[in-house]
Amino acid sequence: MERNHMKLEFLSKSKNESFSRIVVAAFAAQLDPTIEELSDIKTAISEAVTNAIIHGYEYGDGIIRIEATIEGNVIEIIVEDFGKGILNLEKAMEPFYTSKPDLERSGMGFTVMETFMDDLKVETNESHGTRIIMTKRIENLPNKER
Amino acid sequence: MNLSMETRENILVVKLKGELDHHSAESTRKKIDKAIIEKGSKNIILDLKELSFMDSSGIGLIMGRYKNISQKDGKLFVISGNQYVDRILKMSGLLKIIEAYPEMDTALKNI
Ligand SMILES: Nc1ncnc2c1ncn2[C@@H]1O[C@H](COP(=O)(O)OP(=O)(O)OP(=O)(O)O)[C@@H](O)[C@H]1O
Ligand SMILES: [Mg+2]
Repeated sequence: MERNHMKLEFLSKSKNESFSRIVVAAFAAQLDPTIEELSDIKTAISEAVTNAIIHGYEYGDGIIRIEATIEGNVIEIIVEDFGKGILNLEKAMEPFYTSKPDLERSGMGFTVMETFMDDLKVETNESHGTRIIMTKRIENLPNKER
Repeated sequence: MNLSMETRENILVVKLKGELDHHSAESTRKKIDKAIIEKGSKNIILDLKELSFMDSSGIGLIMGRYKNISQKDGKLFVISGNQYVDRILKMSGLLKIIEAYPEMDTALKNI
């Protein structure tokens, strides 16, 4: 597929979680993904956006930026906040680690992103913010189930 | 997110419909917890069959209700068997501690 690109910026309000994952899913639909592949992408976006809202901007609203690029049969999605950053990234990425157990978080967000996407990279800077870079290859099998 | 609740003896049956994310989890949690107190429910069944989306906020919601209810020696079951929910349920390890049934009848019999 010919290279394509999109960018979306919105305020870190929880109402925007569903809006943002629907936008990215609609963009990803160009690659003709299965329902399962689309559901994986939506879930990974939702994890990254929710993290930006509840952890990155825990004390107020900020801007969340999503960029997505399609190249060949691969989609790369970047979810970025300009909030507090992650102090201990290694610990943060461990399954079941959460800094907010009181908010009924389970510490599964990064594990979900890793499992549902093909590749996950995290760039973070204390008090500058966090960038989540995820890619997924959409298999183009001739008779795939839809 | 659409929520319907009914009480069967001491069981609160909650049917969730639509998308369960961080935004919808907060109001859902409040409604369920209020109903548990008002009805004095001992056990709870969460029907996840009609969900079209669930992320880790849903795992947190189920886990939180499970903790509260088991502290009072109650049980929490989930009804599942849905492509949008099953993968994340398995991944979270929740199914190792919570009983899941494909149908309401069997859940009601076993509670
Ligand atoms: N954008 C972010 N900015 C600052 N801290 C973050 C960000 N994303 C994640 N973190 C930190 O990493 C930890 C782990 O994140 P992860 O998404 O795996 O779990 P969680 O959000 O705590 O729980 P869950 O996603 O299951 O609801 C968080 O508890 C938080 O401390
Ligand atoms: Mg998270």
